[in-house]
Amino acid sequence: MSQINVKLRVWRQAGPDAPGKLVDYSLTTDTHASFLEMLDQLNRELVSKGEDALEFDSDCREGICGMCGLVINGVAHGPSDTTTCQLHMRSFNDGDTITIEPWLARAFPVIKDLVVDRSAFDRIQSAGGYVSVGTGSAPDANAVAVGKEVANEAMDYATCIGCGACVAACPNASASLFTGAKIAQLALMPQGHPERKERALRMVDQMDKEGFGPCSNHGECEAVCPKGIPIKAIATMKREWLKATLS
Amino acid sequence: MINLEAHEPDGDIETGWERARFSNKLVNPANKRKFNILVVGTGLAGASAAATLAELGYNVKSFCLQDSARRAHSIAAQGGINAAKNYANDGDSVYRLFYDTVKGGDYRSRESNVYRLAQVSVNIIDQAAAQGIPFAREYGGTLTTRSFGGAQVSRTFYARGQTGQQLLLGAYSALMRQVDSGKVQLHTRREMLDLVVVDGRARGIVVRNLVTGAYERYWGDAVLLATGGYGRVFYLSTNAVNCNATAAWRCHKRGALFANPCYTQIHPTCIPQSGEHQSKLTLMSESLRNDGRVWVPKEAGDKRPANQIPDAERDYYLERRYPAFGNLVPRDVASRAAKQACDEGKGVNVTGRAVYLDFRDAVKRMGVDGVKEKYGNLFDMYERITGDNPYQTPMKIYPASHYTMGGLWVDYNLMTTIPGLFSLGESNFSDHGANRLGASALMQGLADGYFVIPYTLGHYIGTHGNDIKPIDTDHAAFGEAEEAVSTRIDGLLANKGDKSPLDFHRELGNLMYDKVGMARNEEGLTEAIDGIRQIREEFWANVSVPGRKDTMNQNLAEANRVADFLELAELLARDALERRESCGAHLREEFLTEDGEARRVDEDFQYSAAWEWKGEGEAHDLHKEELSFKYVKPTTRSYK
Repeated sequence: MSQINVKLRVWRQAGPDAPGKLVDYSLTTDTHASFLEMLDQLNRELVSKGEDALEFDSDCREGICGMCGLVINGVAHGPSDTTTCQLHMRSFNDGDTITIEPWLARAFPVIKDLVVDRSAFDRIQSAGGYVSVGTGSAPDANAVAVGKEVANEAMDYATCIGCGACVAACPNASASLFTGAKIAQLALMPQGHPERKERALRMVDQMDKEGFGPCSNHGECEAVCPKGIPIKAIATMKREWLKATLS
Repeated sequence: MINLEAHEPDGDIETGWERARFSNKLVNPANKRKFNILVVGTGLAGASAAATLAELGYNVKSFCLQDSARRAHSIAAQGGINAAKNYANDGDSVYRLFYDTVKGGDYRSRESNVYRLAQVSVNIIDQAAAQGIPFAREYGGTLTTRSFGGAQVSRTFYARGQTGQQLLLGAYSALMRQVDSGKVQLHTRREMLDLVVVDGRARGIVVRNLVTGAYERYWGDAVLLATGGYGRVFYLSTNAVNCNATAAWRCHKRGALFANPCYTQIHPTCIPQSGEHQSKLTLMSESLRNDGRVWVPKEAGDKRPANQIPDAERDYYLERRYPAFGNLVPRDVASRAAKQACDEGKGVNVTGRAVYLDFRDAVKRMGVDGVKEKYGNLFDMYERITGDNPYQTPMKIYPASHYTMGGLWVDYNLMTTIPGLFSLGESNFSDHGANRLGASALMQGLADGYFVIPYTLGHYIGTHGNDIKPIDTDHAAFGEAEEAVSTRIDGLLANKGDKSPLDFHRELGNLMYDKVGMARNEEGLTEAIDGIRQIREEFWANVSVPGRKDTMNQNLAEANRVADFLELAELLARDALERRESCGAHLREEFLTEDGEARRVDEDFQYSAAWEWKGEGEAHDLHKEELSFKYVKPTTRSYK
């Protein structure tokens, strides 16, 4: 265990309509601490000085709930190969300057400091990101066979945690990887087939309405995705949308 | 007078649920839309309940404290979900799942509830598969199962190591479909801070908007609480950092009895604490114990690196003490043994609170690739968090608070002692008795939400619908509840102390692990109760919460939760003190067999302890629901 000194440049913004700016702090922290625990520590120091704590979102702190997400030194989730909460301070060196910003996208307005409003994702999901099967009406689980490879590939897409890093990393702030992952999962699973056309049309339409940009194949989304969602999801989304449009 | 009538169906257990459903009142489909149901929490239980009730036609309002209904901590469950499908053709049945669950709960659950849980388990898998959840499959396209948590049949369904995530996203998608249809109004970033009771019935809630700080009032014809467990009373736990007991505790203070708070499960295989900064502990799947060997140095205080300690100087204590089950003993046995080793000074890590889980022999036997194939993801996660490579040096593990079997007392219909207030999933006390089996939490959450509450809520509405009139949120009871909430929030902000809420939470957690954790005794519990009172007094004298109430302020939210944990902790310790026996996850050192195993005292304690709040500063009253076992006769567990 060792201690390092870091200089933090952190986005502070009092509210949705207030101007924001980067504020400098310096902190001595333990290399075993996680990145968010380092911010907890910053908050304890701020509070002890009577200053307002820094607001940031997190919940499970084990990389699965999708609640946390920060742009660290210009990269969504920073040098973590998964989520922000799984990043530890041993990834940094003594004397480093670390710039911390929220997801920046028109469709994700800042609520306060590093907290953004991702409810646009919920609205995309509710525009058909489901199978219309009421409780109690399901056939026996084995009545519909699903090949092992098909289920595995669908799982690659279903693993999306809805964190929004794909949007934050995209130069166009596109939500195509998020939307495509759900469309691709349900296009693979036979249970999703009856509604696949309407689903593709509605989800893509909702995504556009929310103010996310178009995909122009930069691939930044796949590079930062904490769950490694294949960018093929976007191709599937476009294919599903085109097929639905033409039929 | 408190009525602890369980309202179980009489007669044969096999047909009990069917008969109960038949005798339950129905609500005319056209009338359902006249009723408003408030559902608090969007984990497996809350999301599945809200979606299903909306499908039936009720108007549903759903609340969660996260930014989306997809984030509740059900999402973190790794291993799987049990169901008595018997797809593996290996002798499983509804009766066997029922039997295993009652036995696993160490004969401290209600048989009729558990039987129903086992029955509806099969429907859950059908429902989840129909939602398009990509469960693990065989090459022929059928579902794969595995044996989990010591079960002798292969009844656990899974989706990689992310079964909770997939089931939650399934329930979330069903919920969002109802949001789409307009039958569910979703309110995110809201925290329930009080229950509104009018004429003895639950009629509304007061929530705090976590973005604006505003108090909001919502009325309903029934309130469903699906707010999870209280594992963070130990501060460090596998729970998410926002998990809390506030909603359930406020309901308790409004008259809902709280049952068996001392039944708390401590999971044996978590990544240990590395320092003061720690905010949570991460669970490592207990499947690791299939191939890893648990040991500590024989000599207390041996500080040599693990690889320099020869075999003869290692104590493989689980294999030594439990030759038949070895490293695969149940969770509570493994947790307790780890604590004992550390209490004897043999613990490893800088903190002295860890034991080794060693894969050296597995690597020799299966090769690095073989181990990687089986546990690659887990090993990567371990290395990411600790910086150690478990292929080369043993993992360090330590038990952590994981799941709470206790919770609000509910009858067979999942209704608390407040008419119109229901409690689902981990927030209630039903089904798991004194210990929960692996892969059964997901099952219970979804059973309650998809398949139990739609019927039992209908019965309540059908029976009392005519007495429940729409009310105004200007009603005096709303005013009184909001006043109580706002007085407390103002009090927290006005306090001019010098310690953060986190400092108190951590102090409470240390005390709870030390004296109310894996092994308990009369002296320690008595001290714990005094200690908790002292921390609580100091909290109100010396807590400091900066910032404002009319904006996002997570410190304020945390302070409010810690205040409730400080009350709940005392009840937990008292329950543990008064249960003078060992059962399931509750171990009293005075009640051990000659072999040092848990000893139940059925003649005195075969009951569920339901505690009644009597007011600030007053001791709780104990009410007992006697348990009878007509089908599964109590025996003593043995893992020798």
